[in-house]
Amino acid sequence: MGVEMEENRGAFDGHRAAELMAELREAFGSGRTRSYEWRVAQLKALFRMIDEKEAEIMAALYSDLAKPELEAFLHEVSLTRSACQLALKELKRWMKPEKVSSSITTFPSSSEIVSEPLGVVLIISAWNYPFILSLDPVIGAIAAGNAVVLKPSEVAPATSSFFARTLPAYLDSSAIRVVEGAVSETTALLEQKWDKILYTGNSKVGRIVMAAAAKYLTPVVLELGGKSPVVVDSNVNLEVAVKRIIVGKWGCNNGQACIAPDYIITTKSFAPKLVEALKSTLEKFYGEDPLESKDLSRIVNSNHFARLTRLLDEDKVYGKIIYGGQRDEKKLKISPTLLFDVPHDSLIMKEEIFGPILPIITVDKVEESFDIINSRTKPLAAYLFTKDKILEEKFVNNVSSGGMLINDVALHLANPNLPFGGVGESGIGAYHGKFSFDAFSHKKAVLHRSFGGEAPARYPPYTLKKQRILKALLSGDIISLVLALLGWPRS
Amino acid sequence: MGFMESVELDSLVEELRNTFESGKTRSFAWRKAQLKSLLKLLEEKEEDIFMALHKDLGKHHVEVFRDEIGVLIKSVNYALDNLKSWMAGKKAYIPLAAFPSSAEIVPEPLGVLLLFSSWNFPIGLSLEPLIGAISAGNAVVLKPSEIAPASSEFLAKNIPLYLDNKSVKVVQGCQKVGEQLLQYKWDKIFFTGSSRVGRIVMSAAAKHLTPVALELGGKCPAIIDSLSSSKDRQAAINRVVGGKWGSCYGQVCIGIDYLFVEEKFVSVVIELLKATIKRFYPKREYMTKIVTKQHFQRLSSLLKDPEVAGSIVYGGSLDSDALFIEPTILVNPPLDSEIMTEEIFGPLLPIITLKNIEDCIGFLRGKPKPLAIYAFTHNENFKKRLIAETSSGSIIFNDAIVQYLCDTIPFGGVGASGFGQYHGKFSFELFSHAKPVLRRNFWTEFTFRYPPWDESKLKFMRLLYRFDYFGLLLLMLGLKR
Repeated sequence: MGVEMEENRGAFDGHRAAELMAELREAFGSGRTRSYEWRVAQLKALFRMIDEKEAEIMAALYSDLAKPELEAFLHEVSLTRSACQLALKELKRWMKPEKVSSSITTFPSSSEIVSEPLGVVLIISAWNYPFILSLDPVIGAIAAGNAVVLKPSEVAPATSSFFARTLPAYLDSSAIRVVEGAVSETTALLEQKWDKILYTGNSKVGRIVMAAAAKYLTPVVLELGGKSPVVVDSNVNLEVAVKRIIVGKWGCNNGQACIAPDYIITTKSFAPKLVEALKSTLEKFYGEDPLESKDLSRIVNSNHFARLTRLLDEDKVYGKIIYGGQRDEKKLKISPTLLFDVPHDSLIMKEEIFGPILPIITVDKVEESFDIINSRTKPLAAYLFTKDKILEEKFVNNVSSGGMLINDVALHLANPNLPFGGVGESGIGAYHGKFSFDAFSHKKAVLHRSFGGEAPARYPPYTLKKQRILKALLSGDIISLVLALLGWPRS
Repeated sequence: MGFMESVELDSLVEELRNTFESGKTRSFAWRKAQLKSLLKLLEEKEEDIFMALHKDLGKHHVEVFRDEIGVLIKSVNYALDNLKSWMAGKKAYIPLAAFPSSAEIVPEPLGVLLLFSSWNFPIGLSLEPLIGAISAGNAVVLKPSEIAPASSEFLAKNIPLYLDNKSVKVVQGCQKVGEQLLQYKWDKIFFTGSSRVGRIVMSAAAKHLTPVALELGGKCPAIIDSLSSSKDRQAAINRVVGGKWGSCYGQVCIGIDYLFVEEKFVSVVIELLKATIKRFYPKREYMTKIVTKQHFQRLSSLLKDPEVAGSIVYGGSLDSDALFIEPTILVNPPLDSEIMTEEIFGPLLPIITLKNIEDCIGFLRGKPKPLAIYAFTHNENFKKRLIAETSSGSIIFNDAIVQYLCDTIPFGGVGASGFGQYHGKFSFELFSHAKPVLRRNFWTEFTFRYPPWDESKLKFMRLLYRFDYFGLLLLMLGLKR
């Protein structure tokens, strides 16, 4: 697998991007990536890579995010491995054309839907789950038979360079490439004509990606974010609910996850109980001095650290801290922090927090929380803790979000049978499991007709009789059709 | 045609938002009532539609019924028959061991949608996506094409008489109105038209992260292989003639743009084409007119190139007063001439001859992907090769255009011909958000999930993980100790 290290060739600019595209177009054009054998070989190689390089992967994740080993293993390594395994297991079935029924209007005919690769696709990944958010889409793109360029996030440099170094050693680098870099490299890539782009990140850059795609009419999948709310009813098993909220917030990259609970809404009467339970469980999980806890990722870099402290230090908010609030700028750590009843127009309630701070806002009746959520842009995920089935139904039917979980947090992303993606401001399109395969495929309709069944009614010259036949045919009404063919009613 | 005051548009869009937020459009009853009214509109206003289409395009009313009204009736009935099951959502499999949790995909409406229609099937291409949008429970603005003004007027007048005025609005106007509409934040935009405008629509949508579906065009080739029986040959030629001139006289996105024929058969094919054209079109009234002077000039200029003009073997006469061009056949115009690089969208049919019909696959490689590829052949191997080695929105064997009638296959493009598919349940899905809902209970718990972490927890997990992902899930859900 001879490959030139991109770095040795100077800056990755528009010229290099065009060259890269030409090479990949040729690779795709050769038909190599379409065979079942090629796809399986790549997926098997990826699986092997994850096994053989596990220590290196974990080390890179630790370097980039100080991610606790167990989190890194559970959320990144093992989920990626499962995605690989699932694709290997299901690929034959996914690749099989889907037979569908035909309609009487095209009788006699047979129809099917054939999945074909789109061509050369671009995957732009994010920094918070740099391993899985790069490879999960790549697995889908390969399974669907495409040539792929992966652009990992520069904000997670150790993982990015792991990919640049290691993927060429395992995968077919004539068709699968890694391009490292930041804004200018991404811009150079976005100037090319891709057959699909999958972007994970924030909505500001999401708009830039879609605008670039529009020039070539390239379809996109945008996995963005938002403020994922958690509604906590009083009718719950508080102990379990609190544990799940905590592990969904601080156990997911210390709140730096697109589906992490962003804020809690609960009733004024229940809030004190909830707050007590959160405080005591937080202490149980992370100790009295959480800045020292090894079980929390750090804040990824000083930019984000500054951003988060700014949210905390805003005048209207600072006095609302009821737990935590400690920070260590050198180590880039902020302790799990609870805020109570912050004003709805504070900064922290306007932007996605993406950090270890959890505001709790209160309402008189729990249903009012639905109005609050609906008054904002649609989030990637919405969570509700309740035993009340009626409240649950109301929530499902009235709140719109990318995905929804009742009585738990974040798990839905682990179920490959559920599409994972946003709606509205939280994104376009979905993936995971078969949905990844579908996201990177074109579903081509194939209609086989025979030469029998020539209906002169289709063709001019148009007569009244033909019109009657067409009417009957299109309404699926066999009797009228037969009568029309026989010449009834006579005019 | 003037443009709406922006204040008028503001309040129109706001009204739709309020209606949608009220939840009215979500009920099964509302959707069913709208669809039934649409059916009534199609049945009661048939004559008016015939008149509008005749005025806009000189379309014969039988063609209007065959391609627009009849198809819409079929589509509405299909939606009515299936709506309940589409709305019900799907249960998703989760491991038995995670019982009693449940996972399902719940379809929900996107919200307020903008539908841009085209001039060539001005009623069909307006109402077909509308059927989908309504079935999915959305509020809608429909912007018909101003190039078919009588049809646009028909829709503006009649939609409010039959459909819920607070949820479905028709906005008429020229390009400026379209641009104004694009400034608003929609929950989805559906566009049928040219790639040039498609780019404008998608760029405007990008500002709001609005998902789009673009039904564009391309050069749809028809490949005619040798067919031994003369009956089959005639049937094929009937379908080719119908596929070229039969729908809107070639001004159709899925129309046959050009032909591939083997050198040795081209004269037979040409003779059959000529005879069939004469038989189908004894009178001009069976041929829809070229829609505007602009398009007439565009098409005439395709023939100006002397090498192109020299390749004409049939037809070629132009009547600029009547905006009429005879059915015209050309053989091997230069491949770099405009007639072979641009979508023709008119009654001119180039034939490209090949030594071996399968060479068409090489010819198509690297060309922009069309909306459809048509192949008339008995050769099963050739069919397999075409499916595997070419790419297009759809591929149809031994016929043309009829894929539009089929509710069970998705209709849409790929690459340059667009993205997003509709018809049948694909319309419903296109205008819905498929929301996954996972429900857990409180009973199944295992402390293993939670920090503080230690080596033993990790080791334990690794060991258990040797089974598989679902084994791990069992573990996390507390059913494995």
